[in-house]
Order: sequence, then C-alpha cells, then structure tokens
Amino acid sequence: MLRFGLVLKKAVQVIITLFAVITFNFLLFRVLPGDPIRLIARAGNLSPEAISRLRDLFGLDKPLVTQYFYYLRNLFTGEFGMSYTYRRPVIDILQERIANTVILLAAATVIVVLIGVAAGVIAAARRGSKTDQSLVVTSLVFWSLPTFWTGLILVILLGVYVKAFPVSGITTPGASFDSSFARLLDLGKHLVLPTITLAIVDMGQFMLITRSTLVDVLTEDYILTGKAKGLPFRRVLWGHAVPNALLPIITTTALYVSLVIGGAIQVETVFSWPGMGRLMYDAVLRRDYPILEASFLFLAATVILANFLSDIMYMVIDPRVKEA
Amino acid sequence: MNATAVPASRPPNLWVQVWEIPLGRAGIILLGIVLVLSLVGPVVFPFNPKDITSTAADILQPPSSMHWLGTDELGRDVFRETLVGARLSLLVGLLATAISITLGSIIGLLAGYYRGAVGITLMRVTDFFLVLPLLPLIIILAAIFGQSFSITIMVIGLTSWPSTARIVRSQVISLRERQFIERIRSLGATDLRVIAVHILPNVLPLIYANTVLVIAGSILSEATLAFLGLGDPVRVSWGTMLHFGFVAGAAGRGAWWYLLPPGLGIVLVVLGFTLAGHTLDQLLNPRLREF
Repeated sequence: MLRFGLVLKKAVQVIITLFAVITFNFLLFRVLPGDPIRLIARAGNLSPEAISRLRDLFGLDKPLVTQYFYYLRNLFTGEFGMSYTYRRPVIDILQERIANTVILLAAATVIVVLIGVAAGVIAAARRGSKTDQSLVVTSLVFWSLPTFWTGLILVILLGVYVKAFPVSGITTPGASFDSSFARLLDLGKHLVLPTITLAIVDMGQFMLITRSTLVDVLTEDYILTGKAKGLPFRRVLWGHAVPNALLPIITTTALYVSLVIGGAIQVETVFSWPGMGRLMYDAVLRRDYPILEASFLFLAATVILANFLSDIMYMVIDPRVKEA
Repeated sequence: MNATAVPASRPPNLWVQVWEIPLGRAGIILLGIVLVLSLVGPVVFPFNPKDITSTAADILQPPSSMHWLGTDELGRDVFRETLVGARLSLLVGLLATAISITLGSIIGLLAGYYRGAVGITLMRVTDFFLVLPLLPLIIILAAIFGQSFSITIMVIGLTSWPSTARIVRSQVISLRERQFIERIRSLGATDLRVIAVHILPNVLPLIYANTVLVIAGSILSEATLAFLGLGDPVRVSWGTMLHFGFVAGAAGRGAWWYLLPPGLGIVLVVLGFTLAGHTLDQLLNPRLREF
C-alpha cells in the first residue's frame, strides 16, 4: 500500500528541488555577458530615454531580489517572456513544439523498452554464453555511438543512397492529403529514421541494465527453490525472476528520461523535426536566450517529475521501501 | 576473494589483468591505435587549416589519389583533418575528466565521511545536479559563457562529477564503519589524515575505473556540444568537423567521406575507453566481483 506520509515527504522534496532549479535558472541567465537591454533591442543606437523606458518596463532598475519575485510571479502566470527571433510569447512556441517531441520519444521508447528488456533477459538467462557475450558487446558499441552521427549516417544510407524514407521535417511540405489515414501514413514515414536513430543509441543502455539486475535476481534463494521443485527454467525466468527485476528497471527509466531528452535534441537537429530539441538548436544558433531559458526549465522540471513518479511507482510495487 | 577492501592497495599489474580479458584487450588495442594515430599522424601528414580552395570544383570531392578521404566544404583534405582533429577531442576529454573526477572524488569523500550537516548538504547538492538533464544543461552553459576550448572543458568538467561523487560516497560510508578506521581514529589521527591516508587508497580503485568511463562520456559530450555549434570555431575537433559538415549539407549530398571518418574516430575512442572501463569495473568493483 501507498504510505501517505512518505509520498508527502517526497512531494515536498520535489517542490524544493523545483524551486532550486528555478533559482539556479534565474541566476544563470542574469550572468549573461552584455546589457540585457541591448540583447532585447538587438540594436546599438537606442536613445537614453528608450533605454530607461525598457529598463523600467522589464524591472531591470529594481534590486535582484525584487527581480526574482517578479520572475516567480511571471512563471506561475505562464509568462515566459518574448522570443528574440520569433517575436512571440515563448510559452506559445513551446506549446506548439512539445507535442512533436512527445510523439518522437513515445515511438522510440516503446521500441527501446521492448527490445532492450527482451535482449537483456535473453543475455542474463544465458550468462557467459556466446549469445550473451555478443549481446553485451553490441550494447557497448551502440552505447558508444554519438546520437547525432548515427542520425547523419542513416540519412546518407537510407535517405540519400537508398531513397527509402524522408530525412527532414514531420510532413511532406506542400502535400495535401485526401484522408486522415494518408496524413498519418506520411507522419509515420517521417518518423522512421529519427525513431530508429534514438532506438539504436538508447537500446544498449537498457539491455545492459536489464541484464545486470536480472543476473542479480537469478542468484536469489527463491530462484534456486523454483529450480529445485522442478519448474521449467522458462517459468522460473518469466514467472519469478523477471517480475522481481522490473523494480530496478523502473528506477532506471527515470534516468532514461534525462538521457532520451539529450537524444531528442540531437535527433531533432539532424532531421529538422519541429520539436523542443530543434527549437533549442535554433535558439543556440541565434542566441535566443528566452527560448533557451524556458526550454531548460521545462526539461529539468520534466525530469524531476519523472523521478518523482518512478519513486511513487516503486513504493506502490514494493511496500518494503521506506527510504529511497 | 572475499577480503575486498582491507587496506590493500590495488594490484600493481592492473592493466595486465585488463589485458587478460578479451573485452579489455580490445579496448586497450583500440585506444593504442587512436593514440598513436593522433600523435604521429599529424606529423607525417600535416594539416593546414588555411589551405582553402578557391574553385568550387574542389569542394566536397569524393576520395581520390590526391585526397584519400576526399575534401571538406572548404576543399581541405579530410584524411589529414581527421588525424589532427583527434588531438583536440582527446585533450578536451582528458582535461574535462580531470576536473570532473577531482571534484567528484573530493565531494564524495567528504559527503561519505562527515555524517552531519556537511554530508547531507553535499549530498543534496549532488542529487540536485544529478537530476538536471545533462545535455540541456551543458548547452545553456556553453551558450551563456561562450565558445572556446577552455570553456568547453570547464562546462563538461563541472557538470559530469555527480555520478562519481555518489559512487565514492557509498564506498566511503561502508569503509567508515570498518574496525581499522575506528582504531586509527581512536589513536588520535586527524580527519584529514584518516581520509587521505586510510580511506582514499581504498576507494582509489573505484575512482580509477570510473575515470576511464567518464573520459568516454566527456569525449561524447565534447563532440555533441561542438556538433550543435557550441565548440571552439577556430580549432579542429571531430565534433566541429561534423558540425561544419552538417551545416554545409554534406549528409544530403551523400558526402559520406566527410562525415564517416570523424564519427568513426569518436566511436572507436569512446568504445575503447568504455571496454577498458567496463573491464576495470568488473575487476575492481566489489559489487560486481562475481562476474
């Protein structure tokens, strides 16, 4: 059963961490070199009156602590400032982009978890065999691949030499679809290469984690009992070992969120996928700080909440957990 | 093999032990090859970054007897560029790791040794940095502090220490409870002496294995940062080559000869360090001993 007190304690920790991230973010972007007014105006020839008016408008004449409280108030009212390049509210731009990233990550995660866990189980069940060794080596090789480079190579192989899949964007530009199925098919085609890239790179990690936790579980006494009472190994493995190995795997999934966000930034950059990652890349090139600031805050909050959820799930599944 | 962390320091023939294991040997061989190529290569085949062509016919040319691995978007020799690029990628990886490991070890030692407010505070800070998504963090840091060789090193080094701190801390906590530490303390040894002389040597093997793995991660981080356009624009590294190749549309033009070599270089180095580190970890990490 879920213990309410424990959940509350975790929730308080999460809130403190979120505030720490917000404060960190606030201070970080206040050390930016140069005058913020010049960054906003993007021009050198402002009159002194214009400068002081902007200073007043953005509260830059106030002390840092006051600015911090303005900042907090703005965050809680969904006010993330204006993008330098798009000249639109950052929050609107983020909202358009988040869904595209979620589609990409969901597709990749399903593949990574299914294949990664299956491969990990096979390797652990046959520990020390040729199958196990080749799976471990493959995982280490996959882990060593830079995500963006894997994407570039797939573009050349499957996009340019074999023209199998589109290599850029989320839909065919200028195409009109007579049915929603055709529209979905087009999206699916665009999804193939970015998804494969993410899946290849992240699969290795997942397989290694599954393998090592399962290897641990397989040394437990109850596994020996299962074998001793004559259960087929298949039943011992899937019925007793795998369910017990799932716990640590869930915890690692939270860490995986952080990993996969890094992967998404690279993959979206390579394939011009209009999500958060490509947004950050473009913002880096144009030094669009409001976009960078809000994106970082959003991604950090996502990872923190993912960790919180995995803690809660851990508690639901394993009632012994008192302090995690 | 049960007497794991008694005050015996690491065996002197550690790399020999790694060499005995096939995966470890593969790692050492890979690293040897890349190291020799990066040191000797640019001497034999010097690269002149200013050797820019003036005719469009020499740009992004496929491999030929003149240019073994073709030319880049400025008409320069990709083979020579890849050799010299290895140096910066390795150097950034090693220097960033030095910062990361030093910081992580010190914080881990202190957080494990001191139970009270010091330990708790240090651990909270570690967990805070551990939970931040790494790539977005190094991106915004690099975007704020600018693009240069030293900033890249600082940014990677100052963001990758938390995992080391955690590993070191948990080992220190179990060591602290051992009898020999109790005895030394009751003899009147100062905290500094206990940590430096009696605890550090026992966590060193763990730090050692971790260092090799952190180098792999740092080289990947440098490449990613440079690819995203946040590397030092005037120095050649594998990451900056891939950045300029990508921006020039080398992938869309099918210019595999420009994108394949620097990427393969990264994969080989990272794989080499990962295989060696993985093997070291198996040898030195008491938790994984039974492998």
